Amino acid sequence: MREIQEFTLDELKIHLSEKALSGETVVLNMGPQHPSTHGVLRLILELNGEIIVNCIPDVGYLHTGIEKNMEAKTYQKAEVLVDRMDYMYAMGNTLVYSLAVEKLTGLQPPPRADAIRVILTELSRIQSHLLWLGTSAMDLAALSTFLYAMREREMVLDIFELVSGARMMTTFIRPGGLWRDVPVQFETMVRDFTKVLPKRLVEYESMLTHNPLFLDRTKGIGKIDTQTCLAYDVTGPALRASGLAHDVRKSNPYSGYDLYDFDVPTQSEGDVYARYLVRIEEMRQSVRIIEQALDKIPYGPVRDQNYKYVPPPRSEIGVSMEALIHHFKLWTEGFVPPKGAVYTTVESPRGEMGVFLESNGTPKPYRVHYRTPSGPLLHALPVIAKGHFVADLIGIIGSIDIVLGDCDR
Amino acid sequence: MNEILNPAVERLQQQFKGQVSEFRGEVTLLIPAEVNVDVATLLRDEFAFDLLSALTAVDYCPQTHPRFHLVYIFYSTANKVYLNVRAPLDGDTPSIRTLETVYPSANWREREVWDLFGIHFEGHSDLRRLLLPPDWKGHPLRKDYPLGYEEVQFTFNFDEIDTRKPKGEL
Repeated sequence: MREIQEFTLDELKIHLSEKALSGETVVLNMGPQHPSTHGVLRLILELNGEIIVNCIPDVGYLHTGIEKNMEAKTYQKAEVLVDRMDYMYAMGNTLVYSLAVEKLTGLQPPPRADAIRVILTELSRIQSHLLWLGTSAMDLAALSTFLYAMREREMVLDIFELVSGARMMTTFIRPGGLWRDVPVQFETMVRDFTKVLPKRLVEYESMLTHNPLFLDRTKGIGKIDTQTCLAYDVTGPALRASGLAHDVRKSNPYSGYDLYDFDVPTQSEGDVYARYLVRIEEMRQSVRIIEQALDKIPYGPVRDQNYKYVPPPRSEIGVSMEALIHHFKLWTEGFVPPKGAVYTTVESPRGEMGVFLESNGTPKPYRVHYRTPSGPLLHALPVIAKGHFVADLIGIIGSIDIVLGDCDR
Repeated sequence: MNEILNPAVERLQQQFKGQVSEFRGEVTLLIPAEVNVDVATLLRDEFAFDLLSALTAVDYCPQTHPRFHLVYIFYSTANKVYLNVRAPLDGDTPSIRTLETVYPSANWREREVWDLFGIHFEGHSDLRRLLLPPDWKGHPLRKDYPLGYEEVQFTFNFDEIDTRKPKGEL
């Protein structure tokens, strides 16, 4: 057995105050196996009584080397891994990867594929926000919200199961379009959900928004201003709650988001409560987008017809020699994009998610890097948490909505 | 080229001898590694690039000159444009100045690049490994770092692979 080596106190000295070294304040370990840290996050806290003097996040417990593994697989096979990064926004992970490959190869997904992509990623955003709502309210001792939020989240996961066969790791969005068209029941199921959710949101809000206990635990807690957000590269609801209406869907639209009419909710306080309000409103806006997309969803193919990159339909393989050759080439050698590097971004429920993809003209990606929103949020956590009670730290971690798979990759 | 990016790109070309290339509508500037902090300060202060959207590296092993490209991707929330800046780095133990003072978010990103690529950042306040354990050996995203499977030995290369096989301690 090897001994487990830790960071030495000397290395951490710059993060701690002088009092910690003399023993006046207590250095306490929190996590990585702690239910309120939403995964395997470890925090080293320096406490003065119950007050946090310093906080040192220690990440990497969920590091799985996905970027390294992707370099050893073909473009199609590498995509399956990306679902596992931000497991609460799996549809978006594959979307941003597909957008990067499409930019590299010049593929054009058809309008129907774009509309379905928008519907599915917005559903994904709603289910991520619902899980956030449930767990972060549960951290603040509002257990019933969790059970209700899970009920609605089930409806979304059922839709994912219907279209892709999997509830979380879908790999449904592929470079050039979609895996296949959605079944006929899809529209009714999504409509049922968009009809139900706004009413349920009102119910959630009646439990929390004006609840004095909830207000006590959230108002004025965990403040962060726009300048600090930008300095620490914090994006998404946390940035919008501090007052800057930056949303990739509006500023650099992808997949036809410019066709839909929606608002970017903002708040100015930048505290836990403001982040709560922003996310609740975002779910309403997502419902708006889904309804518009469903209303004008066009008919037609769901994949690009360039068979050098996109596999031909199964039905053609039996009758067309060309299709058989393409199918064989694609699933043995893979496709070969031109040399070059691209960077694409989407708006994930936590902020801006980007992919840096470099190709060297072989069937395997030369370098894939995921710019994920959870990392900067955790980097900024010490700034947000300083001076608060330990109990409030739980609320703050809940409110910034981190996914450790997203941070550690 | 994008008319918003033009002034920034021209300025960097003149002042720092940047080389411009364009691919799929994305502008990439290749700058000498020594001026990275000056370029970042200029971009932040005069051209409103307020976000360091991503910082990563690419290993071109076995090429050694340059072996690495450090990739900075800047974003301007006001102008809504991305700008890619690359700094080439030579050799197996490269070193470059930290961007921490200009963009605080570079702190963790540089720790990640140090962890996975072994690129040293001069002046960094806290250059510990970010994702891997502190006692990890090597930098996994380098191209000469094996993926982890055991190499298969055949009769013709048995001895050659035998010399580099890890033995004993695990």
